[in-house]
Amino acid sequence: MTAAKSTAHSIVEASSRVKMFAAAIVILYAVTAIAPLLWIVATAFKSQSDAIAYPPKAVFQPTLEGYVDLFTVRTRQTPDFIASLPPATTWYDKLVRKHDMVIAGPSKVVPRFINSLVVGFGSTFLAVLLGTLSAYAFSRFRIPLADDLLFFILSTRMMPPVAVAIPIYLMYRQLNLTDTWTGMILLYTAVNVSLAVWLLKGFIDEIPREYEEAALVDGYTRLQALRKVVLPQAVTGIAATAIFCLIFSWNEYAFAVLLTSGDAQTMPPFIPFIIGEGGQDWPAVAAATTLFVIPIVLFTILLRRHLLRGITFGAVRK
Amino acid sequence: MTAIIHPDSSVDRVAAQTSFRVAKPVRGLSDRAIAWLFVTPTIALLLAINIFPLIWMIRLSFTSLNLSMSYLPMRFVGLDNYIDILTDEDVWYRLQATARFVISTVALQVFIGFGLALLINRQFRSHSFWTTIILLPMMLSPAVVGNFWTLLLQPQIGPFNYVVGLFTGIAPSSFSMTGEVALAPWTIVLVDTWMWAPYVMLICLAGLRSIPDYIYEAAEVDRASHWRQFWSITVPMVMPFLMLAVLFRAIENFKMFDMVNLLTSGGPGSTTELVSITLKRAAFEKWRTGYSSALAIILFVTVFGAANIYVKTLNRVKQR
Repeated sequence: MTAAKSTAHSIVEASSRVKMFAAAIVILYAVTAIAPLLWIVATAFKSQSDAIAYPPKAVFQPTLEGYVDLFTVRTRQTPDFIASLPPATTWYDKLVRKHDMVIAGPSKVVPRFINSLVVGFGSTFLAVLLGTLSAYAFSRFRIPLADDLLFFILSTRMMPPVAVAIPIYLMYRQLNLTDTWTGMILLYTAVNVSLAVWLLKGFIDEIPREYEEAALVDGYTRLQALRKVVLPQAVTGIAATAIFCLIFSWNEYAFAVLLTSGDAQTMPPFIPFIIGEGGQDWPAVAAATTLFVIPIVLFTILLRRHLLRGITFGAVRK
Repeated sequence: MTAIIHPDSSVDRVAAQTSFRVAKPVRGLSDRAIAWLFVTPTIALLLAINIFPLIWMIRLSFTSLNLSMSYLPMRFVGLDNYIDILTDEDVWYRLQATARFVISTVALQVFIGFGLALLINRQFRSHSFWTTIILLPMMLSPAVVGNFWTLLLQPQIGPFNYVVGLFTGIAPSSFSMTGEVALAPWTIVLVDTWMWAPYVMLICLAGLRSIPDYIYEAAEVDRASHWRQFWSITVPMVMPFLMLAVLFRAIENFKMFDMVNLLTSGGPGSTTELVSITLKRAAFEKWRTGYSSALAIILFVTVFGAANIYVKTLNRVKQR
């Protein structure tokens, strides 16, 4: 075996020239693929005129105008009026006044961000709770028609969201759930619970039954064994599942745009409609996108090891 | 307690029975009660949020309900909505556009994803870092992606046209990726591939890593060429994984709404109007609830049909 590995033709270890060729192409692809994202992050630090310059500017004077625009509502004033005001006290006031504008108040971005957090965490908590219980039951007990039930649970996720939204819209109108946190949390929980059951069943299946059986012999009840033996072992799986649910709720657009309009609107339907004078305020849109994407980038790095499981409903484990 | 010992019961069976007896809780709820207690909330939620509305929608699909004219009494029209949809040429065009989108994205993503997986599987130094970078696009919100690509693809101010101009000499402002009938269908394919090729790559990579080295070593001993090894070992062994990726991508893209809605919103004209966008327009702009319910049911049936065929294919490939 060791002899085979040392020969130049071993398949296990590619030759260094092949490796360099592979690395060159993969890195070229990665750099090209990440460039659009970097461009958006850069646009967030451009001034309005740099953002729409022709030819597109890769080198520019960075400014926080985009972020200020994102968080405030501004009105245009005459230079005389601005001169008559007491001098600007904060850096963002100064930045805005340079363009003959005055800050009139905060924008809606913070409430939208809070909506995203509430709906995201609320639905994740519920989905993981229901998912853990069901997954445990499917993993440990003989349930009649278990395979059919599991397929039914997965199939609910395959439905086209726009099609699901039609009856949900009608139902929510009757129940006064349109544009509410409760409505959105329930809906996202229903979508996420299918993923949670499938992923968590995989994780719990991997915990040897012997541990629980030993606990049962020692006089624990099922529930005690679940709480003290199974759950501590499933913590990583539960955390990974929670992050997947959170990412789904955070990113979801179709239901959000069709079923919310104001009070409960989350970030994805809000970001494209950050308007400045004369169309989309690109630096502000880019700033919102950047802030919105940062948690996802962190989560992706955290989830790296479980990513494959998450995107295949636990079908592929590695 | 009397135990009836069957003459031919093996030791194993006795052992199995014993463990079953011991595993039965002395106090607390019975296993059966717990099983139902744990599964019921999930099933109840799915029935309330998915199945009940679905049944309601089936009923609505046989009516003339129009929410913008709700003063009209709701009439039952039988199969009229279904007949309207299936004989409407426009709907067939939308389905064709969707089919073309699904086929081109899946083909491109399989090509790029499998290619990248083969290269990454060479395990060069820092491959893990670059893999994570490549995976980022698929984790983003499709809506946000559709939105920021509209900036990147602007004819005047967008970097995309500028870069294309640099390489080909075509004036950057002379074409619009989202505004031209000939280009827009390819634009949505391009952005979707940018986003989802990493998905196929990740699954193929798992497939490649599941192939044990000794198979290649045996092939090497038999002096099989690399080309031969690729087609008779790599491809068949990765195939079940690839089919899994194709299944998920095809179903997801058949339902495609968010990214395309923000990138082109179906335009120019209706060149990129995929069937989900048609459905959204019928249901939430024209408020033809009866008609759109029927269309939604047709989509459900198609998705489930496709899913079933693919799952069967998948099993057949796995058995080989």
